[in-house]
Amino acid sequence: MPERNMDPKKCPMPSQEPNVRNKNFKEVALGYTYEMAVNEAKRCLACPKKPCSSGCPVGIDIPAFISRVAEDDMEGAFKILSASSALPAVCGRVCPQETQCEGKCVRGIKGESVGIGRLERFVADWHREHSDEKPEMPEQNGHKVAIIGAGPSGLTAAGDLAKLGYSVTVYEALHLAGGVLVYGIPEFRLPKSIVQQEIDNLKAMGVKIETNMVIGKILTVDELFEMGFEAVYIASGAGLPRFMGIPGESLKGVYSANEYLTRVNLMKAYKEDSKTPIKKSRNVAVVGGGNVAMDAARSAKRLGAENVYIVYRRGMQELPARAEEVEHAQEEGIIFRTLTNPVEVLGDENGMVRGMKCVEMELGEPDESGRRRPIVKQGSEFELEIDTMIMSIGTSPNPLIRQTTPGLDTNRHGCIITNGDDGLTTREGVYAGGDAVTGAATVILAMGAGKQAAKAIDKYVRSKK
Amino acid sequence: MFKILKKEELNPTVTKMVVDAPLIAKKAEPGQFIIFRAKEDSERIPLTVADYDRQSGTITIIFQIVGYGTMELNTLNEGDCIHDLVGPLGRASEIDGLKKVAVIGGGVGCAIAYPVAKKLHENGCEVHSVVGFRSKDLVILEKEFNSVSDKVCMMTDDGSYGEKGLVTAALEKLIKEGNQYDEVIAIGPLVMMKFVCKLTKQYNIKTIVSMNPIMIDGTGMCGGCRITVGGETKFACVDGPDFDGHQVDFDEAMQRGSIYKEFEQRAREKGCSLLKKEVM
Repeated sequence: MPERNMDPKKCPMPSQEPNVRNKNFKEVALGYTYEMAVNEAKRCLACPKKPCSSGCPVGIDIPAFISRVAEDDMEGAFKILSASSALPAVCGRVCPQETQCEGKCVRGIKGESVGIGRLERFVADWHREHSDEKPEMPEQNGHKVAIIGAGPSGLTAAGDLAKLGYSVTVYEALHLAGGVLVYGIPEFRLPKSIVQQEIDNLKAMGVKIETNMVIGKILTVDELFEMGFEAVYIASGAGLPRFMGIPGESLKGVYSANEYLTRVNLMKAYKEDSKTPIKKSRNVAVVGGGNVAMDAARSAKRLGAENVYIVYRRGMQELPARAEEVEHAQEEGIIFRTLTNPVEVLGDENGMVRGMKCVEMELGEPDESGRRRPIVKQGSEFELEIDTMIMSIGTSPNPLIRQTTPGLDTNRHGCIITNGDDGLTTREGVYAGGDAVTGAATVILAMGAGKQAAKAIDKYVRSKK
Repeated sequence: MFKILKKEELNPTVTKMVVDAPLIAKKAEPGQFIIFRAKEDSERIPLTVADYDRQSGTITIIFQIVGYGTMELNTLNEGDCIHDLVGPLGRASEIDGLKKVAVIGGGVGCAIAYPVAKKLHENGCEVHSVVGFRSKDLVILEKEFNSVSDKVCMMTDDGSYGEKGLVTAALEKLIKEGNQYDEVIAIGPLVMMKFVCKLTKQYNIKTIVSMNPIMIDGTGMCGGCRITVGGETKFACVDGPDFDGHQVDFDEAMQRGSIYKEFEQRAREKGCSLLKKEVM
């Protein structure tokens, strides 16, 4: 047993300097060195009850992988990680660990929790850099499953089902697999080469990925069954961006966060030679306080904007984004205008955004979400000079699959209804998970749903004799 | 990868391609569109499906060379492959039950109007086609319109072919002659559709227009294609591209369409020299 490290603080993450990184799209966090990783791993107390694992949506055996790191056995650590997670290099970077595994860590009671996410990232990166070992194609069981959407949920389900011997085909609407990992989360938080590598691993396991296939249009769910698939998992993601319904939202320079981030990430508008245009902005307001809003704001800063505001109607305490994302944004010079709400976008004579009329807010009694309801302060109207506005206030589910799948019930918001954990919908053999069911949520929750659905699909197919 | 089986120059700036795309051909309906990327690093560009052949598994696209993306597409030749092609997207035109319709096509918009006219004709509907071009050398699809229309009015801005004048003049004449249309379907430049709608509103004739705004994914994700219809925000990719023309805010749509004008201009200039080299 290696000696324990009783430092109350976790080893800080080496990162690019804020004033350097806010001008480039390279990854912000540089990752632990080997020594840092081993040292941090020694902070784990290896509690027999594993509270951390109970906080992990995909159920990684966390103390087991960390003890391998402490023992210098990185390949062993990777095997434990990859037994539960199809995308460890991704999760180590984008999971909200503070509310999951690390939130339950015993070391967090008197000091800081073990840096579980950072260790996960280190192990996945170490494996990628040091091992040529490609995953092997498991023995086929002769059953076919179709998955709609190559985002985190669909890819997780695909990986788990492939390991069980299923012949899995993933249908992706865009020209590239990865879903939000490639169109939404920016390069500086999740390098696309890492996503590609995780996808290549799935392909090596025999997963087929068909891009440019919009299910509900080119093929329906019923046609997938006619083609011989025995079960279908719908992981089509969140859908249409929401707007506020205030005057001026159609002016030039008003983007949805989806459009802005898709131009920057998927279409690479941040590169000099990109063929995809994006507005060169000076003053940008991002409306909303979630992780997507932080990504949009930090991207705008990197594209050269002088002033980037996060405009959010509640207070700093209520920001739904991860604490780390908010901190990073603040360090990079993003200006937080909380307790502020836009009421009108103002345009110039050419229809370009020139400003935004806002009101100040104060917090009243808690509403049904449990958060204090923002109320307009009388007479607080003011103007903010901006040339670009990015709306990041959520999405509503995509209608294409529900419109073309008879018997598939959705709720009043348009989210697919499932029977709970295993993701079974109101149609036999059709499972669903991720944002298509929950509305916009996190990568890891979508992955957790993919995992549950894979288990349920396996049980269902085997029960059919 | 989608193989180009046939390429034909319809006029100096408009090209027709027949592409091998059996799954899309099986499902495509008039009014629907595809999104293409000519090469691996190209932009995503929407184009309405101009024709399809379910038997041979091909679709036809007709495009005007306006920006870098269409320029790149035009560098591909018969036997080459288009890197990405996704579709059919959008809702199909709703044309069932119509008995008499005026189909208005303007410029390259005729490429979208034609499959609609053809389907109406196949459904036994009486079709009056009014097609307008700037001049004689830009005329496309004349034979095709003749073959599916009970009447064709050919209009040119300069009078070099057919009658001199705008499509609205021809449409008004037809209406005044006593033709009672169940519907007018107008597809062309925004300004043309705007004025067709202005005219038909006076005569209280339901008018459908096909919108072609800036778009990225085309599946209801980016929201770039939003337009205002009857005071509400609609997404052309999933709610359209066909809309009730009397409800569409054309002025707003025209303004939104111009956001990347300068970028396009630069890309085109840069692209011209670049792509010319490639062609040689």
